[in-house]
Amino acid sequence: MFPTPLEKTSRSWQVSYQVLLPIMLIIWLLPLIAVANFSIKPDSDFVNGNYWGIPSSFSAFENYGKVFFESNMPRYLWNSLFITIPTVIGAVALSCMAGFALGVYKFKGNLLIFFIFIAGNFVPFQILMVPVRDLTVNMNLYDTKLGLVLFHVAFQTGFCTLFMRNFIRALPFPLIEAARVEGIAEWKIFLYVVLPLMKPALAALAVLIFTFIWNDYFWAVVLTQGPDAQPVTAGITEFNSQFRAAYHLMSAGSIVAALPPVAMFFLMQKHFIAGLTLGAVK
Amino acid sequence: MATATSNRGWYKRNEIAITPWLFLLPAMIFFAVYVIIPIGQSFWISLHEWDGLGEKTWVGTANYERLLGWGDANIDRKFSVSFWNNLKWLVLYLLAIPAGLFIALFLNQTVTGIRFYKSMFFFPFVISQVVVGLVFSWFYLPREGLLNAILGFFGAGPINVLGDPTLATYGIIAAGLWPQTAYCMILYLTGLNAVDPEQVEAARLDGAKGHKMLWYVILPQLKPATFIAFVVTIIGALRSFDLISVMTNGGPFGSTRVLSFYMFEESLSEFGFRMGYGASIAVVLFFIMLGFITYFLYSMYRDEKGAR
Repeated sequence: MFPTPLEKTSRSWQVSYQVLLPIMLIIWLLPLIAVANFSIKPDSDFVNGNYWGIPSSFSAFENYGKVFFESNMPRYLWNSLFITIPTVIGAVALSCMAGFALGVYKFKGNLLIFFIFIAGNFVPFQILMVPVRDLTVNMNLYDTKLGLVLFHVAFQTGFCTLFMRNFIRALPFPLIEAARVEGIAEWKIFLYVVLPLMKPALAALAVLIFTFIWNDYFWAVVLTQGPDAQPVTAGITEFNSQFRAAYHLMSAGSIVAALPPVAMFFLMQKHFIAGLTLGAVK
Repeated sequence: MATATSNRGWYKRNEIAITPWLFLLPAMIFFAVYVIIPIGQSFWISLHEWDGLGEKTWVGTANYERLLGWGDANIDRKFSVSFWNNLKWLVLYLLAIPAGLFIALFLNQTVTGIRFYKSMFFFPFVISQVVVGLVFSWFYLPREGLLNAILGFFGAGPINVLGDPTLATYGIIAAGLWPQTAYCMILYLTGLNAVDPEQVEAARLDGAKGHKMLWYVILPQLKPATFIAFVVTIIGALRSFDLISVMTNGGPFGSTRVLSFYMFEESLSEFGFRMGYGASIAVVLFFIMLGFITYFLYSMYRDEKGAR
């Protein structure tokens, strides 16, 4: 293990490590702590110039209540949910199938198609922006959740296919061969042999895509406008103009907007990190 | 079907050859319609003048001439500012890799509660860039911000990070480094977990320690993690849009524009819908990215060949 395990180091370093750990963490999260502190302050603290001190009274309920009951925030949160969930399902389904095809079969163009999926995934969004917006407008899907979902599914399929294909590659191939010898149809092999083995990959991808799509801002701005379809990342700007310079409310709003992926991460941590670090170890 | 005992129809006989294409089809159609074809269309649009609604007017390479200052035209000043900012992003964003490694080394211990610390260090990555942007713009506020409170404590004068054209870009990059460092950290933590303990012990017996051990024994084993950290950091640097849009909207005086932001501004903002010109900026950005993409794909291809 590197660096040297703590048990084998000097007593003084062991103690200082235990002290350093929380201090480093507080420094690391300082901007966030400041915002969390903002969000539970009453309005009067900002008038009196008590910006970063201890809140003079605990106003979390009041501030967060305003976010939920006196703004469009709940609508934006719903939109985000109705954009994110279908995208996760769509992208994972498409890429499961594509990953199965690329991971199990040997055919001409296999590697080429695989590399096109990877390459597309690295492309800057801006080169897609004008044509995709045009296409969405022509399909009468501009400013709809469906328009965003379709694009997200398509784009995420690139990354998901890379992920799924590599995962399927690592499965024991004799299993598939055995099924073939038994005379089982290929689509049944996918459904009954491969898919059950892919559960960890499915979980990892689902949480990753959930986070990516929830946090998307660029496409939300390009393909939607207004509270009918905009997700919370784009809606927060409208929210902030509604409460201009009311930092306690804007902070509360941002924390609400950021919370779902954070909750997802803490609940599904193992899968999340497994997905994110795929390939970091050979 | 390897046995192929009977002639149970064309599909049955060709099942192995056809199945992969059936499974690939939906993904390929989606990907082609929304990703591959639009790339070509952007090239095409960049040769036109277009407001996004009416007819496109063919202008040949006029957009590029204006952008890059070919012929007798002067280079578009906004473009050159954006380009240099992109370079700053690229270079400084790479700091996330050593910073991530440093934190990973610091946290790679087995004391009680270390799992909690690891996830707390990581979780800035999970927050949307929009919120990170907001959080940091409040952190930088000249009067209310915590940064100036801290600076004031040490006797340094208040600075308006995002209001100063010379500082603003660096302020935004610092905000971007925060989640990016967290990402690199988690990559390295996973990598460190897989470092061969026997090699480390052997090197220790040979008297290797500290930075020598890190450089000659540990880092070579972390190569896959470093590669991924490099890929995601480069892509992240060139994709920077959310933070700029939220924190400064390109200002002050356009000093924080990057190519991705400038492209958006030209094609979809209150300044008008110059889709053709915007597309030409996107094409330039695409070619910058293409250099990196080719390198990434080449590395992956080499691995792929080596694995078989």
